[in-house]
Amino acid sequence: MANSPDAIAHFPFPFDQDTYMYSTNVEPADQVRDNGMAGWGGRVYDVCEHYRDEIALRNEILARDPLRCQVLPHMREAAWDVVEHATTSMATDYPDWFSREERGGEVRWTNRLLDLEQVFTPGVEDTLPEEPFHWMMRQVQEDIELLDHRGDALYVDAGILTFGADWSLDFDLGMSFLEIHGPVPRAHELGVFQRAHTFLLGLRAGQNFRRTNWTMTVGRRLDTVTEVYPEWGPDRASLTYDEIGPRLHLRVEVQHFVRLPRSNAVMFPIRTYLISLDELCTVPAWSMRLERVLASLPDDLTDYKGLARYRDMTVQWLAERNATLGATAA
Amino acid sequence: MAVTTIKVRVAEITELTPEIRAFDLVPLNGTPLPPFSPGSHVVVHVPGEDRVRKNPYSLASSPWEQDRYRIAVRRIDEGRGGSVGMHERVRWGDVIEIEPPHNLFAPDRAATRHVLVAGGIGVTPFVAYAHALARDGVPFELHYAFRGPEHAALLDDLAAASPGALSTYVDDDGTAVLAGLRERLAGQPLGTHLSVCGPAPMMDAVLGLARELGWPESRLHLERFALDEAPRLPFSVRLASTDEVIEVPAELTLLEALEDRGIEIPYLCRQGICGECRTPIVDGTPDHRDIFLPAEEHGSALMPCVSRCARGPLVLDL
Repeated sequence: MANSPDAIAHFPFPFDQDTYMYSTNVEPADQVRDNGMAGWGGRVYDVCEHYRDEIALRNEILARDPLRCQVLPHMREAAWDVVEHATTSMATDYPDWFSREERGGEVRWTNRLLDLEQVFTPGVEDTLPEEPFHWMMRQVQEDIELLDHRGDALYVDAGILTFGADWSLDFDLGMSFLEIHGPVPRAHELGVFQRAHTFLLGLRAGQNFRRTNWTMTVGRRLDTVTEVYPEWGPDRASLTYDEIGPRLHLRVEVQHFVRLPRSNAVMFPIRTYLISLDELCTVPAWSMRLERVLASLPDDLTDYKGLARYRDMTVQWLAERNATLGATAA
Repeated sequence: MAVTTIKVRVAEITELTPEIRAFDLVPLNGTPLPPFSPGSHVVVHVPGEDRVRKNPYSLASSPWEQDRYRIAVRRIDEGRGGSVGMHERVRWGDVIEIEPPHNLFAPDRAATRHVLVAGGIGVTPFVAYAHALARDGVPFELHYAFRGPEHAALLDDLAAASPGALSTYVDDDGTAVLAGLRERLAGQPLGTHLSVCGPAPMMDAVLGLARELGWPESRLHLERFALDEAPRLPFSVRLASTDEVIEVPAELTLLEALEDRGIEIPYLCRQGICGECRTPIVDGTPDHRDIFLPAEEHGSALMPCVSRCARGPLVLDL
């Protein structure tokens, strides 16, 4: 499941400065973002070379732990909103792989990548083989959270989390946006979440926004949710200097903010990309910047992101690699 | 971020009462209108004598109809001119511009039952509510007060969407509807939500009654009908480094006017949230419309994506 050169060229490298601090880094989602290579973004659902592998992994995880995908009863309309949004967007963005035809109130959906064809009536659960949100989530690579807008707050009342970075949907389900982000250091003092909250409350249908977030993961492992911490947590301590290149990955989330028109819920798709440091070093501008970002990352943020055990060693590794790159370039 | 407008044709104008007219708006080329949630409004760009007025009107039709939106407009002669423009200048067959639906009054979907109370033209959002709740099988009752039988609008639309749920009151000062509601509000099951839309004194009285009867605040909702933004007036700014003066017309933001002159300011959200386009000032008083800039910086910087000029001359440190 390594990345092809093409996937690397489209990687959403998240740093545009040599230091990192939390910010409300939202921007309109309809444009391609420059990354010094081929650029990334422009589509809410990103179907890439790992599509079939990641869908298979998601199905395995859901079979093992059904609580990874939950829809509270009042989120029924939002679930159908997601089906409409995803099928329409994917058919428009990838006409070779997906098609959606609507006739007489019925939708015929074709997913050629999964060899799947389904005729259904929007709003009628019986016409799909399972609950609509579950059905749709087995066809996208994004984790998607659905926030119900009640009063002046947003509540995570439905969602899926199979590729999450150390949090738990089952634990957070039903909490408000501000409650969920309680543990993040510094960001509250900076007013980041208060501003983000105000922004989300005013989000309009048809105007999609996005932001990135990042951490690091040992091993090419998408499923690092809290429930399976015993499976991936120890890797952080076992990483050795010689393994950094192939084993340590920069993990970037591209998150979208979409107002769903019929339910008025806010949809929050999170797409996770992993790139090994060996792969990342094929782009010298990235490896040099990552070295400076990691070296200057404040200790509390380093802790919160779970990098404390290997941050210094990784900075040293990047410095050595970058020195070689500099020598080669010279 | 600028809102893209939709062009619609006025397919039908119906006199509902001596003061209220319904406008049926249809798409120009058969492309379905955007879906919406109950309680949504559209901002209509109303043609006026001197300038276009932007007025919000609730969508008073079924959320599942995408080939027609219905709005109902009460003529208010002492208003800002939007409703008079709708009544006097908009004709059958005209093409007008609307902004896509936006919702500031959505029903609480976790509610197990709804009590809806409308006064006069405040009934408009409840047409879509009635369609949606009936379709989802959520029980509700709608109490609708108007000044006299000749002022009752949209009764047919409401009755069609909510058979058996509608109670009407002929009421000049709120006494009849309050008397009727006292018993209803005293006996609702847990999980019921109350939503009110109408004249401010009536909303205050109904919500006051609910509080007196012990309803928690989280179960009370009212339509807060504010325009998305305060009116925008033209102004000018000067650049400190070159003394160049730049005019900002009403329809442009300061950021857009700067960009038009080739001055690139970094930006992300273009709606006053992210802080990216923060620009220092050396003179003048900005009209701050962002939610980013802390109060202690209000005299020294502004966010040109949304903020304007309160008192000039406004001089930018550019």
